[in-house]
Amino acid sequence: MIWLPLVRTQRCEIVEGEQKLTTAGSTVTAGHFGPYGGRFVPEALTAALDELDSAFRSAIMDPSFMTRLAALERSYTGRPSPLTRAERFAEHCGGARIYLKREDLNHTGSHKINNAIGQALLTQRMGKSRMIAETGAGQHGVATATAAALLGLECTVFMGEEDTLRQALNVVRMQLLGAEVISVTAGSRTLKDAINEAMRDWVASVDRTHYVLGTVTGPAPFPEIVRYFQAVVGREAREQIKLAEGRLPDAVVACVGGGSNAIGLFSGFMDDADVQLRGYEAGGDGVETGRHAARFAAGSPGVLHGARTYVMQDEWGQTIASHSISAGLDYPGVGPEHSWLHDTGRAKYEPINDDEAMAALALLSRTEGIIPAIETAHALAGAMRVGRELGPTAVIIVNLSGRGDKDVATAARWFGIGAPAGIEMAEGR
Amino acid sequence: MSRRLAEIFSRAKSNNRAALIGYLPAGYPTAAASVELMNTMVDAGVDAIEVGLPYSDPLMDGADIQFAVAAALAGGTTTDVVLDVVSRLDGERAALLVMSYWNPIERYGVARFAARLAAAGGSGVITPDLTPEEAGPWSAATLAHEVDTIFLVAPSSTDERIKAVVAKASGFVYAASTMGVTGARRQVGAGAEPLVTRARRLTDLPIAVGLGVSTGAQAREVAGYADGVIVGSAFVRCIRAAPDLSAAIAAVRGLAGELAEGVRR
Ligand SMILES: Cc1ncc(COP(=O)(O)O)c(C=O)c1O
Repeated sequence: MIWLPLVRTQRCEIVEGEQKLTTAGSTVTAGHFGPYGGRFVPEALTAALDELDSAFRSAIMDPSFMTRLAALERSYTGRPSPLTRAERFAEHCGGARIYLKREDLNHTGSHKINNAIGQALLTQRMGKSRMIAETGAGQHGVATATAAALLGLECTVFMGEEDTLRQALNVVRMQLLGAEVISVTAGSRTLKDAINEAMRDWVASVDRTHYVLGTVTGPAPFPEIVRYFQAVVGREAREQIKLAEGRLPDAVVACVGGGSNAIGLFSGFMDDADVQLRGYEAGGDGVETGRHAARFAAGSPGVLHGARTYVMQDEWGQTIASHSISAGLDYPGVGPEHSWLHDTGRAKYEPINDDEAMAALALLSRTEGIIPAIETAHALAGAMRVGRELGPTAVIIVNLSGRGDKDVATAARWFGIGAPAGIEMAEGR
Repeated sequence: MSRRLAEIFSRAKSNNRAALIGYLPAGYPTAAASVELMNTMVDAGVDAIEVGLPYSDPLMDGADIQFAVAAALAGGTTTDVVLDVVSRLDGERAALLVMSYWNPIERYGVARFAARLAAAGGSGVITPDLTPEEAGPWSAATLAHEVDTIFLVAPSSTDERIKAVVAKASGFVYAASTMGVTGARRQVGAGAEPLVTRARRLTDLPIAVGLGVSTGAQAREVAGYADGVIVGSAFVRCIRAAPDLSAAIAAVRGLAGELAEGVRR
């Protein structure tokens, strides 16, 4: 396999004739991040992954592709997304200087559109007419359905049955956008099972179908491709914070499901050893209860969905079902680059329990007038910890990965929000 | 490299037929019943048994096998149970193989798995999601314990890819008949024969075709160009459809007999 390191935020080094890509914490060779990553897939998919790999590498060298991508980012997604100072929220973060990278203001309401548009353009470039995707929170499904509508491609989205119920708003959005949504009833009926089903579809339809993986997991080259299209977040944030503060931040903070919004932000600061990288995974009911999605706190290295990475697994290597109030973080695996950043100590990961996340969701809503997604709320709860730890002189950027409209039903149940005072809600209204 | 698979294929060849390889997941419907069912397959003329190691995320499998492995896991089928099932099969008359997704083997420890499998009488392992690029430690462990490593090639594999796969393979090469997951199909994929023809030019190993073969007539068709015929989902379907174990045994015996007849040239 040829490795052409072209990710803009990374340095390229040629070592003894072998091309290697190095970042401050990680060495990437042919789809590996240290011992993590790689390709563990049925042979039937190898040709498609190779085709994708070469399409990606030629696309990012092709000025017309890059111009089209940049134009869509600007005029369709609405980039650059703002960096918002959150002064009232910061009072709850030890007084640190908190900035929110506003991916919630992107078209479709989250960072997922960055990757979906990039991969939709790759789909066209490969001459394929259909895209499939897995989705947990529904944001990646909506983003892929959106890109499909924009470019005139067919789209099928696989979603665990439990997630279709708790993210019902996004199911309707996908359908309005013309996508077919398939509710997956196997296994734990969440993101893990949606990925299994998407892979099964892909093996049988690969001639005309591209699988738009929604996060930095899966077999090579997916983690690298998704990172590439999300790196715009970190690039922008770096420029914006230099303007706002005249210096780099002390820490950058993100929630970690598969890890795409986190890698997007982290990649802008990977080589800045003084910038702490902090990732927050879902602690669910608490790591000690076993009902969580804390891969780093309670998992171990294994192979899941095509890559070696940290996995929640039992002593026999069977995947353990994850639990989280957040559909987008409810996944027993994690992107392989995060595993490497974890082992090398370049990034630090901690779990945030459901209750802590929901408290942060309410707090940001009331202090800043921004209702975040429940996934994002985990990052906000993390920022509160980091702020208290680093103190009032610290500058912290939080990836506000998505908006919370999709989560209002869950939030209403959680907080016991009923009908407004003075209004009786009739049945069925 | 074990001699066992080589013997099985040359025995079949000298009888002027293709080798018949039958799959069932260990632990389905129970561990004891799976032993009985697999030994029934051997009685009825199956040359090699592919013992499935149930895995939580069988992303290469269709509905029948997904159902069976979920039931096996719910019934407590661990890797140790699978190895115990292997040790109770008729290894005199049939070659005993394990088919497993990669993570359970890695978790068990590659050297430990190879050693225990060899001790249980197993002679090979089919790993559908292990690519030759990732197979370094596995090759070393299996070599030490004389266990064959069986890898897949697919209609989409380039010749270059097939070369890389067969370089790591021993025992036989598993040619996937179609682009898709496991499951009985009305027709064997049209891509199977050209794939076998291409692979033949690149390896001396026997080539067996699997995915979608379910009837004697399909087995006969495949035996016309391949060294082995692999059948899995069709056996699982027999068992799913049977009201009780004795009916399942009868159905499996019937299907295995039909397939064994089919592979004669
Ligand atoms: C708003 C939002 N943030 C974060 C995530 C988690 O994904 P990732 O870790 O890939 O950023 C999701 C996934 O659905 C999401 O919708």
